[in-house]
Amino acid sequence: MSKVKTFGFDTLSLHAGQQPDPATGARATPIYQTASYVFKSPDHAASLFNVERAGHVYSRITNPTTAVLEERIAALEGGVGAIATASGQAACHLAIATLLGAGDHIVSSRAIYGGTHNLLDYTLPRFGIQTTFVDPRDPDAFAAAIQPNTKLLFGETLGNPGLDVLNIPAVSDVAHAHGLPLLIDSTFTTPYLCQPFSLGADLVFHSATKFLSGHGVIIGGLVVDSGAFDWAGSGKFPTLTEPYEGFHNMNFVEEFGPAAFISRARKEGARDFGACMSPTTAFQVLQGMETLPLRMQRHISNTRAIVEFLANHKAVEWVTYPERPDHPDHELAQKLLPKGCGAVFSFGIKGGRDAGQRFISRVELLSHLANVGDAKSLVIHPASTTHHRMDAAALEAAGISEGLIRLSIGLEDADDLTEDLDRALRASQKG
Amino acid sequence: MELNTSFGDLFAYTGARDHKKDQPAVVFIHGTGMDHTVWVLPSRYFARHGFNVMSIDLPGHGKSSGASSETIDEMADAVIESMHAAGISNAAIVGHSMGSLVALSAAARYPDRARSLALIGTTAPMGVHPDMMASAQKNDHDVIDMITYWGYSKSAQLGGNENPGMWMAGSTLRLLEKAKENVIHCDLKACENYATGLEHAKLVRCPTLFILGDRDIMTPMRAAQKMVDAMSDARVCPLTKTGHSLMMERPDALLDALITIV
Repeated sequence: MSKVKTFGFDTLSLHAGQQPDPATGARATPIYQTASYVFKSPDHAASLFNVERAGHVYSRITNPTTAVLEERIAALEGGVGAIATASGQAACHLAIATLLGAGDHIVSSRAIYGGTHNLLDYTLPRFGIQTTFVDPRDPDAFAAAIQPNTKLLFGETLGNPGLDVLNIPAVSDVAHAHGLPLLIDSTFTTPYLCQPFSLGADLVFHSATKFLSGHGVIIGGLVVDSGAFDWAGSGKFPTLTEPYEGFHNMNFVEEFGPAAFISRARKEGARDFGACMSPTTAFQVLQGMETLPLRMQRHISNTRAIVEFLANHKAVEWVTYPERPDHPDHELAQKLLPKGCGAVFSFGIKGGRDAGQRFISRVELLSHLANVGDAKSLVIHPASTTHHRMDAAALEAAGISEGLIRLSIGLEDADDLTEDLDRALRASQKG
Repeated sequence: MELNTSFGDLFAYTGARDHKKDQPAVVFIHGTGMDHTVWVLPSRYFARHGFNVMSIDLPGHGKSSGASSETIDEMADAVIESMHAAGISNAAIVGHSMGSLVALSAAARYPDRARSLALIGTTAPMGVHPDMMASAQKNDHDVIDMITYWGYSKSAQLGGNENPGMWMAGSTLRLLEKAKENVIHCDLKACENYATGLEHAKLVRCPTLFILGDRDIMTPMRAAQKMVDAMSDARVCPLTKTGHSLMMERPDALLDALITIV
C-alpha cells in the first residue's frame, strides 16, 4: 500500500506558504509594506470585495507578507488557515469574539497566563461574556462547569506557573460531547513540541512574540483553525451557520465549509476589530520560524541541563518541570510532549522573598525582565515584580510562593548559564 | 437552494444570489468526495455577472441527501434532473475531475441541456490507482492523503495560496474527511468504470474548453488529448506549474479561463 510522502516539519518551517516572489524572483519573503493594492479595473475591485477572486484589498485584512506567515503556521499546526494579529492577546480575543457574544460563557483552565486571566475574568464580563475557571488537571471539572450558554472550552498546553500539562484528548472529548470547540494557547510548546489539533483541539492561538519569532524583537499573535469542528452539527454558533448581515448575508459554513471559522474571523474580526500584524513584524516572525526546529531542540537540551543542575543545588528547594518524575503530570507529559516540555519553568529558592531579590540582583548573563521565549535566557521573581503587591497568603492563593523564580532558558552555552545561576544562588543565601 | 429529485433532496449553492428569470445558467460539478464549497469564488463571480448559478452537491455529498450514485451516467442524470427542478433548460456545464466526467456524460446524452462545456483536470478513461481504491474501500485515511497530496503540484504542497492565509492541503484534507462513509469509494469506482468517455466526447455538440494543469499527475495533460481530438469544437487552456487541484492552486487563472466559455 502506498503511503503519501509529504514535506516534513523542518522543510515546512522554512518554505510553507512561500513561493519565490513572482515579480522579482526574491527568494526571501519580501516585506510588502503597503496599506492597499491597486485594482486592475472597477470589475476587479468588485470581484475582490465580493469574494470572487483571491487577492488583497487592504492590509488590515490581508497582506502578502503576513499571508505567508499565516499559511506557515497553519501548515505546521495542520490546520486550514490562520490569521496573524497584533499580539497574542489580540489572537485570543479574535478567537473568542468570533464565536461568542453577550450572554455566552467559557469554561477555562485556571492555570493560564495572567494577561489571558485578566481578559476572561475582568474585561470580557463587561461585554457580557462570563468565565468559570477550573482545575486543568481534572477533565470532569470542565464537564461539570458547562452551562446551557457555554460556547467554548479553553486551556494552555502547559499551565502557568506549575506547568500543568493539559490532557487535551480528555478535555476535547468533554468539549465535543457537549457540541463545543476546544481552544488552546500553545505558545509555550509551539507546533514543534505539540500539535494540539492532532490531540483533538479545534482552535489554537500563539503569542508569536515568544518561541515562534524567538528573538524577543516583536509583538505578535496567530490564531489557527483546524477546520475540523462541526459548527452546523453543534447548532450553537449562529455567527457561522446563519446569514451575516454585516457581509451581505454571507453564510460561512455553507460557503466555506471547513474554513468557516477562519473566514468569519477575517471578514468580521480582522476587518472590524482591526488588531492586525504589520508586514515587517510578519517578516521577522518568519525569519524566526525558519529556525524553529533547531532552536527548540537547543531550548530543550539547555533546559534539561539547567533543571538537572538546579535540582541538585543546595540553595534550591524545589524544581517544577514535567519531565521530572516528581511532577504530577509526568506520565501525561511523556505521552503528549515526548520531544520536551518547553523551556519555561520555575524553581523555589531557599530564603523566600528576600533571597529571591538577592538572587535576581546577582544574575549577570540571564536578563531580568517580563517575557519568555527569547533566544537569550530570561529570569523573573514574581514576588518582587509582577506580584509585588501580594503578601505571602495572596501569593499562595495564586499558586506562587515568595521564593518562586521563573526561568526562560535560551540558547547560550549551558555551562555559562549554570555558572551564572550558581553565582547568584550562592549570593542569595548570604542575607 | 434545495431541489427535490428522485435522487433525494439535493443542494445547490447559487453564489449567494437568487435566480432570476431568463438569465443564462452555469452548473458546477465537484470531484470525488467533495462538495460545492470548491466552487465558491467562480459561483459568486458568475452570480454577480447575471448568471443563474448552481453548484450542485451530488447525491450523498455535502448537504445533499440520497445515496452516492454508482455510475457517472447516474450522476449526470441527477444533474439534469436538478437543472429541471430549478427551472433551468440549458447551461454552461463545468466539472472538475470526476465532475468533468459527469459534465461530459450530461452534455453528450442531453445535448440540448448543454450550452457549453468546461472540463477541468480531466481524462477518459480515468483510471484509479489500485492503492487508492483499496484504501477507499476500507474507508481509511490513506485515500484522503492520496487525493489531497497527489492532487497538488509539488510546489503547491509548500503553499503560496492566492487565497491569503489559507493552507491548501489542510483545506482539502478537512473537506474530504467530512465525506460520508463509502462516498469516496463509490466515486472512485464510478470514475474507473466509466468506459464511454471517448464515445461521449464524439457526441458533444457544444463548444468545449479543457482546462488542464501541466503538473497534474492524477489526470496528466497528455492523457486528455484523445478526448480533445474526438470533439468537433474543443480547445485547451493549459495552466503551467499547476497540478490537479486547479480551483485551489490557480483560482484566478481558472476563473479567467471559465469566463471565455461560460
